[in-house]
Amino acid sequence: MTQPTLKTRFTVNGKPVEVTVPARMTLADCLRHQLRLTGTHLGCEHGVCGACTVIFNGDAVRACLMLAVQAEGAEIITVEGLSNDDALTPLQASFRKHGALQCGFCTPGMITTAHALLSEEPDADADRIRDVLSGNLCRCTGYIPIIEAVLDARAAYRKTRED
Amino acid sequence: MKLPPFEYACPATVAEAVSLLASYPGEAKVIAGGQSLMPMMAFRLATPSLLVDLRKLKGLDRIDIGKDGIHIGAKVRWRDILDSEVLRKAHPLLVAAIGHVAHYQIRNRGTVGGSLAHADPAAEMPGIAVACEALIFITGKAGSRVLRAQDFFLGALTTALQPDELITEIRLPLWPPSRRWGFEEFARRRGDFALAAVAVFYDEDGLGRAKDVHIGVIGAANRSLRIKEAETLLNGRAVTEALIVEAGRIVSAAVDPPDDIHASAAYRRALAGTLTERALLGAGGGAR
Repeated sequence: MTQPTLKTRFTVNGKPVEVTVPARMTLADCLRHQLRLTGTHLGCEHGVCGACTVIFNGDAVRACLMLAVQAEGAEIITVEGLSNDDALTPLQASFRKHGALQCGFCTPGMITTAHALLSEEPDADADRIRDVLSGNLCRCTGYIPIIEAVLDARAAYRKTRED
Repeated sequence: MKLPPFEYACPATVAEAVSLLASYPGEAKVIAGGQSLMPMMAFRLATPSLLVDLRKLKGLDRIDIGKDGIHIGAKVRWRDILDSEVLRKAHPLLVAAIGHVAHYQIRNRGTVGGSLAHADPAAEMPGIAVACEALIFITGKAGSRVLRAQDFFLGALTTALQPDELITEIRLPLWPPSRRWGFEEFARRRGDFALAAVAVFYDEDGLGRAKDVHIGVIGAANRSLRIKEAETLLNGRAVTEALIVEAGRIVSAAVDPPDDIHASAAYRRALAGTLTERALLGAGGGAR
């Protein structure tokens, strides 16, 4: 069966893009295969592991539970949009300092989720951070260093808010 | 897991959406947040020929408190309910229950209408709809109709929704500020579907006796239900600790839970009783 394709426009990490995708293509596959943004990882592909989390119009969402065509007109930030070539961002530095990753597979989802949370709630406490990250599976770290890293990164987000 | 192929339409009005649904009788599915439908398609449990995206439909994402009840549009997301200052006062039970829905990222996309249409027996929104005697507003090719929640849910993943119909709103009865309530849910892991959950509420007369008692159980049958025998036990009486224990016993005996890999029927039965006791204690019963 040949599949009709649809033209879809949105912005990724501040850059406008236009893709032509079959309707059944998830946003995650579109980001990875069409836009070659392979920082968005796919673990379970059915909304359980959280590795594919991206920021969609300001909200952390699972990119495997969205169609690319549903992103028409949206502003999307992937993990690539949360780094720069000059220096580690506060969240990256904090993950490094606390050893909040081992194999790194889940890390893009952790970073995007934590960034969305702290951008809105820079005072989130450990319980809130645990609740929010409960939808992101990590098989290496035992989670404690991840929670500590996010807690430690809060100061930078409070500062950004004041600036 | 890639999705099976389908055609895609993104109508601008409810009328257009309904006529698209009608043009693929029984083979079209509505998608809004997609947080239930996308996994269903990934597993090939749903293989619609056409997906009708509600993204462009206006006016379905409102939360309004009217004289005739609390109007919640079908496209209202869990996140909108949890962020709503108004709802926290206007319907604290709803907000408490929705706090148990899935995970942060899913709460940012999942919608009220989607959960109602999906009708998972362990889902919070259908449970609250049944416990609170909500009305479900539906539009189809032949026009609009309103169903009581208890008549809407027919069984696991099965509703009275016809193939050409769309949920537009759920309306909850107004909630008196002095109402006593409790919500208790148990899941093995944070964000998992409930093994069971219980919602209770009642008002009190001038003498401290309970009236209009509602006890709703989630996840302990093929759909959410109210346990009328336990409600009758408490109506017209002060809610004492002894009565709470008795109500829990009645709920345990009344439910017909599934037996599956997550928990045995006997465990779920006991759990429903325990959660009933805790919810009634949380509502302030047992103090006198």
